[in-house]
Amino acid sequence: MILDSKIPDGPIAEKWGKHKFNLKLVNPANKRKYEIIVVGTGLAGASAAASLAELGYKVKAFCFQDSPRRAHSIAAQGGINAAKNYRNDGDSVYRLFYDTVKGGDYRAREANVYRLAEVSRNIIDQCVAQGVPFAREYGGYLDNRSFGGSQVSRTFYARGQTGQQLLLGAYSALSRQIAEGNVTMFTRSEMLDLVMVDGVAQGIVTRNLVTGAIESHAAHAVLLCTGGYGNVFYLSTNAQGSNVTAAWRAHKKGALFANPCFTQIHPTCIPVSGDHQSKLTLMSESLRNDGRVWVPKNEGDKRSPELIPEEERDYFLERKYPSFGNLVPRDVASRNAKEMCDANKGVGASGLAVYLDFSDSVKRNGEPWVKEKYGNLFDMYAQITGENPYKSPMRIYPAVHYTMGGLWVDYNLMTTIKGLYALGECNFSDHGANRLGASALMQGLADGYFVIPYTVGDYLATIGPKPINASHPAFKQAEEDAKAYVNKLLSINGNQTVTHYHRELGKIIWEYCGMARSSEGLNKAKGMIQSLKADFWSNVKVLGEGEELNQSLEKAGRVADFIELGELMIDDALARNESCGGHFRVEYQTEEGEALRNDDDYAYVAAWEFKGDGQAEQLHKEKLVFENVKLTQRSYK
Amino acid sequence: MSGNMNLTLKVWRQKDGKSQGKIVDYQVKGISPDMSFLEMFDVLNEDLIKKGETPISFDHDCREGICGMCSMHINGRPHGPKTGITTCQLHMRSFKDGDTIVVEPWRASAFPVVKDLVVDRSAFDRIIQAGGYISVNTGEAPDANAIPIPKKYADEAFDAATCIGCGACVAACKNASAMLFVSAKVSQLALLPQGDAERKQRVESMVDQMNEEGFGACTNTGACSAECPKEISQVNIARLNREYISAKLTSDNI
Repeated sequence: MILDSKIPDGPIAEKWGKHKFNLKLVNPANKRKYEIIVVGTGLAGASAAASLAELGYKVKAFCFQDSPRRAHSIAAQGGINAAKNYRNDGDSVYRLFYDTVKGGDYRAREANVYRLAEVSRNIIDQCVAQGVPFAREYGGYLDNRSFGGSQVSRTFYARGQTGQQLLLGAYSALSRQIAEGNVTMFTRSEMLDLVMVDGVAQGIVTRNLVTGAIESHAAHAVLLCTGGYGNVFYLSTNAQGSNVTAAWRAHKKGALFANPCFTQIHPTCIPVSGDHQSKLTLMSESLRNDGRVWVPKNEGDKRSPELIPEEERDYFLERKYPSFGNLVPRDVASRNAKEMCDANKGVGASGLAVYLDFSDSVKRNGEPWVKEKYGNLFDMYAQITGENPYKSPMRIYPAVHYTMGGLWVDYNLMTTIKGLYALGECNFSDHGANRLGASALMQGLADGYFVIPYTVGDYLATIGPKPINASHPAFKQAEEDAKAYVNKLLSINGNQTVTHYHRELGKIIWEYCGMARSSEGLNKAKGMIQSLKADFWSNVKVLGEGEELNQSLEKAGRVADFIELGELMIDDALARNESCGGHFRVEYQTEEGEALRNDDDYAYVAAWEFKGDGQAEQLHKEKLVFENVKLTQRSYK
Repeated sequence: MSGNMNLTLKVWRQKDGKSQGKIVDYQVKGISPDMSFLEMFDVLNEDLIKKGETPISFDHDCREGICGMCSMHINGRPHGPKTGITTCQLHMRSFKDGDTIVVEPWRASAFPVVKDLVVDRSAFDRIIQAGGYISVNTGEAPDANAIPIPKKYADEAFDAATCIGCGACVAACKNASAMLFVSAKVSQLALLPQGDAERKQRVESMVDQMNEEGFGACTNTGACSAECPKEISQVNIARLNREYISAKLTSDNI
């Protein structure tokens, strides 16, 4: 298989404009003859569904939650990047592009990233027009703040609830299209399979989560906007329902899965408090604008923080990276926190935490100032830990937050299956081996508002508006497969709960495929996951019936897919004999302990092809060509 | 087990929307004060599954207080005894060893029970569909800084916009009124210049839809605002009333 990224020719700044002109158009009267399925209603899904419906296409949108407004994009806190240069501080499209490629440790596609930076400016305009209440200054103009991996202030924000406000903006646009009858919305519906006819995506099979009914939906194109797979780690900042099922089932139907081992461990999360923990809570990266990260200089120093004098504190990020300080990219900050804890300098009862201290900022600006900027985050911290972060420093530790890997897509966001697209976190394309803060919201909305409306039209114009329905035998077959799958899960009736398997899987992945990976550990983990999979399918206990609201059953299917994905992540991490971004192989590091890339052999996208249950997946490589950014050892010193 | 609290739970169980429901008693043991309320339910459900009993269905997703999906009525109060938080942010340190805790679904005829503690809140979506948006197509927007918005109004609009659509306001209200929810969206868009063009039509349509869904009338008891996990102010209801009256007085829909 040859992976054709379909990157347009020409200078980087002209590629997207030229490409848009070359894409075929569907005339307005014909648009209503096409049906498009959008799975997932987060930033990517809601913005795509709304924009396509505005153009005149007939859209069916699906989400597993009770309302499209609840997709996990809502939980994004800090902000959204855009190259507006409203601060006059040297920002530009090219700089945002450059920062993103460098931040991703040179494992992203240049052309995609440039387009992202280019349309970032339109996103802010669109959101403001929708009534998104971004933070403003007294003059009435939009405020900005700084985020990791950048030396300009380009992050637009709405207190610590930027994701919520952006999603509600996209949700309102979607709601308007639902009211106008252009979008049919299916809530509490989960995609269980992709249906293909003659090798082309033609629809999906879903399970109605309330009645359990297995249903077929046909369309001319299918858009997966289903988010990331961070919950493979069990504990992550993802929502409980976030899952890989739609993407994974599409993968098993032939869509290649790219860079699965590229996962992001976010440095500032609230540490784990006990075995009961079901999820981890992020404290926005924006806190690193004003908070200082430190540990005691002396090993095993268990004094409470206010008793540790200034000279016995190690502000390790400021010490090691003087020019970026506390605002180094996430992978660097996380790895350094781990190193400190490994060196027995961790704080708190578990020793698996470092301090994030606001005392200097409170002294300099006063408590009300800090409250205005970060109030909701401080409240959340206090609620979860029972401690007051205005008085004593926060304790933070890295946690899984985002997955850069995902379905392989070309420049048009089409997967290796014709007619199947992947948008937002669900695809792999823009963040390389590490995503910069405030770039996920940007990518989700860029894909949905400003990329897919152009590129899907080109495909639809090519295939023509032939009538389409779900009566093809492929749908019947997929429905029967889905029913058999549900019945199989219900019939095992073993001794262990689904959560047990999920927790065990998470422990394996976190330990061996988390912040540090080694060939030895990965090989061990592969065997462990294979036995876990065998045990799951012989010993899981799922109660109840298929034809009812059955949350254990929903979870069982998702965990089964996570187990399979986990094994692929291990294979991918094993095959990449270098360190880059969030993928840190202990065998490959510089003398100073930084990630050591191998550009000669690994400057490629690893795209994996499913070859059948129990078979090894086949690796395909898309070589990454850098014509604009010079590959260097990343330095934030 | 990680803790030492033992509790009695009285939980509403209902097989589906058509069946009769009832309160069922459960004992939970070894609960840690650091657990969230939903994690305590996870422990109970794991025990139930191991015993071969059907686990309790409840809505939840982000578990960080922002998605608005969790919806338990705890000891007679939506989202439990603390103010300004959702159920997922409620921690067991707010309870004592030996406590009896009653957990029910939201109670409102406009939010029918789906199963156990899960209710159908799609009425809220339909209210937003009736007009809770600014009609701007993708690509039509002018530059984001073209219209300066005084910080005061931007901040007030933001305060209203923090509504998470959980439905606690309805559950708290003796009339099951949705006025706080509707007023939050109407206020957000009425305070911003972008919302001005559709201002009258919006408030009329949203209020009509609210009435059609079967929510009760507002008698200004303030329970909604007191129980709102995002502490949306009752001032928004006053603003909604003003918006509604002025829209009606000058309505084009006559």
